[in-house]
Amino acid sequence: MTVPISHFVTFAAVLFAIGAAGVLLRRSGISILLGIELMLNAANLALVAFGRQHGQLDAQVFVFFVMAVAAAEVAVGLALLVAIFRKQRSIDVDRLNVMRW
Amino acid sequence: MTWFLVHFAEIVFYSLAAVALAGAVGVIAFRSPVHAALSLLGTFLAVAGVFVLMQAEFLAAVQVLVYAGGVMVLFLFVIMLVKARDIPDEPQYVRRLVPAAVGLGALLAALVGVGIWAASGGLPADGAALRMVAGAPLGNTEAVGWSLYRDYLLPFEVVSIVLLVAMIGAIVMGRKESGRGGAA
Amino acid sequence: MANPWVAFLLVPLIKIVVILLAVILIAAYMSFFERKILAYMQIRIGPNRVGPRGWLQPIADALKLLVKEDIVPARAEKFVYFLGPVLVVAPALLVFSVIPFGPAFKLFGYEVTPYLTDVNIGILFILGVSSVGVYGVILGGWASNNKFSMMGGLRSAAQLVSYEVPMGLSVVTVLLMANSLSLVKIVEAQKQAGVWYFIPGIVAFFIYFVCGVAETNRNPFDLPEAESELVAGFHTEYSGMKFAFYFLAEYANMVVVSSIATVLFLGGWLPPFPNWLAAVWALPALAWIPPIAWFVLKMAAFLFVYIWFRGTFPRYRFDQLMDLGWKVFIPVSLVNLMAVGLGVLLIGGK
Repeated sequence: MTVPISHFVTFAAVLFAIGAAGVLLRRSGISILLGIELMLNAANLALVAFGRQHGQLDAQVFVFFVMAVAAAEVAVGLALLVAIFRKQRSIDVDRLNVMRW
Repeated sequence: MTWFLVHFAEIVFYSLAAVALAGAVGVIAFRSPVHAALSLLGTFLAVAGVFVLMQAEFLAAVQVLVYAGGVMVLFLFVIMLVKARDIPDEPQYVRRLVPAAVGLGALLAALVGVGIWAASGGLPADGAALRMVAGAPLGNTEAVGWSLYRDYLLPFEVVSIVLLVAMIGAIVMGRKESGRGGAA
Repeated sequence: MANPWVAFLLVPLIKIVVILLAVILIAAYMSFFERKILAYMQIRIGPNRVGPRGWLQPIADALKLLVKEDIVPARAEKFVYFLGPVLVVAPALLVFSVIPFGPAFKLFGYEVTPYLTDVNIGILFILGVSSVGVYGVILGGWASNNKFSMMGGLRSAAQLVSYEVPMGLSVVTVLLMANSLSLVKIVEAQKQAGVWYFIPGIVAFFIYFVCGVAETNRNPFDLPEAESELVAGFHTEYSGMKFAFYFLAEYANMVVVSSIATVLFLGGWLPPFPNWLAAVWALPALAWIPPIAWFVLKMAAFLFVYIWFRGTFPRYRFDQLMDLGWKVFIPVSLVNLMAVGLGVLLIGGK
């Protein structure tokens, strides 16, 4: 009476797709970062699902590392956004069209 | 009546998955960044629940601690700081490319589907290995800790340096007007 | 327990109802005792009109809040405004599902545990769930569409996130000594060690409790609702039942912090020096004291200290608060963690 792994992985894939769509469709820097978080979470889900399938713990350890890197990414990404907002009064990525200022 | 008890794991999984997917759709559908962030919070919590179902209790706790307790608070903080409420955030796409995007997406989905179908034979392995510590069943947290500090000590230290660098970087970028040459 | 429904549904449901009622009652009466004790500290009498010596005051307050008009500011974000109080109460009550109030005992031939469940990630669960409580405060402040609420919410977010770090680090010292994340096992380890963990972990104990005061937004760390600068902070615009929820959550969170401090540092349901004075506790004059009474006694002591703080200390300035968190508590708790780790390594812990 367990959920087959294909359902876990399909769930993860759909989650990833939605996150990717968010990254591609939105213009605000914050929405893009939110989409990236979704994609990372989907990847984690798939990792844990495969790890369970093979009875291996390593997958969970990798997910732990992924979470740490995700936290670092968010900290730097949001700091960048705040810095950009201070310069441009906007976080619309379409308006980030200069290489220097 | 015992049907409910027998299929408990499935019921929980499908409801959590539904919540998570609804939250994910909310993330890209809501205009207001606060609502998007909130619905992402819902997704994170549901994913933590799914982790518990997959016998990764430790990861579930870390997921709630890191994402719900840290990351999303940071997001909300920044959203309020930059007053993103006033910034319009329309979905954007080039209309000409929509058919191409749909086609490519379908192709990719088919590919992933075949991959999942091919990879997912058989029942999951016995979960006992997920809580083994040095040959004795102890618990998931203990097992992850054992693995983390013995087999993966070097990556663990590297990750701690990554976090340190990220922290310093965030502070440098977040400072008001750094003087010339201070942080270039 | 032949019938799975009894074990699976009925018993937990009864426990949930009992625990929830107890917590809500304690929270309500906590507000009464706070007013009463503060009054005595300031040589006043305090509430004394409703019921004998004012004992029914909390009931009257609750009834008043229930029937009060629920005002929603015109330009508030309706849904989030509603979500704020819910998000702040739910985690506060959820934490009680893993707090062990006493050891297992026999009732009508069944073994009954006076806690809802004992999960092997207990303490992580508590830290995770209580970190969700921040959202209620930030979102409530944001959705009210009021400058003061917003400032209160942002202050609170910064404060909670900052003080969570030393709090977590001081909890880790207990984990090092107890070798487990399960709260029941932590108490049992203290019985084995024969000493409550606040003696070897005195620094961690102090840091934990001060951070706990900061986490619950209480004096002297009640910047998010500093009435002299921010009206009432994040709940300025709230009234009626929604305000009651914020109120309930604040007091429930104080009970949470006190309970966890009791479990982690003061030996939970154990009497003082459980092994050394074992003969004393087995005396007929003392043996009737149920373990749960010890728990409640210790918890009440912490709650009293909360009120004492409020009657004693002036409020910090916000930059002082941040300095204290980041420049004092985090380094001290890191050094303390290393020291305790070294001690466990040398002496063998447990």
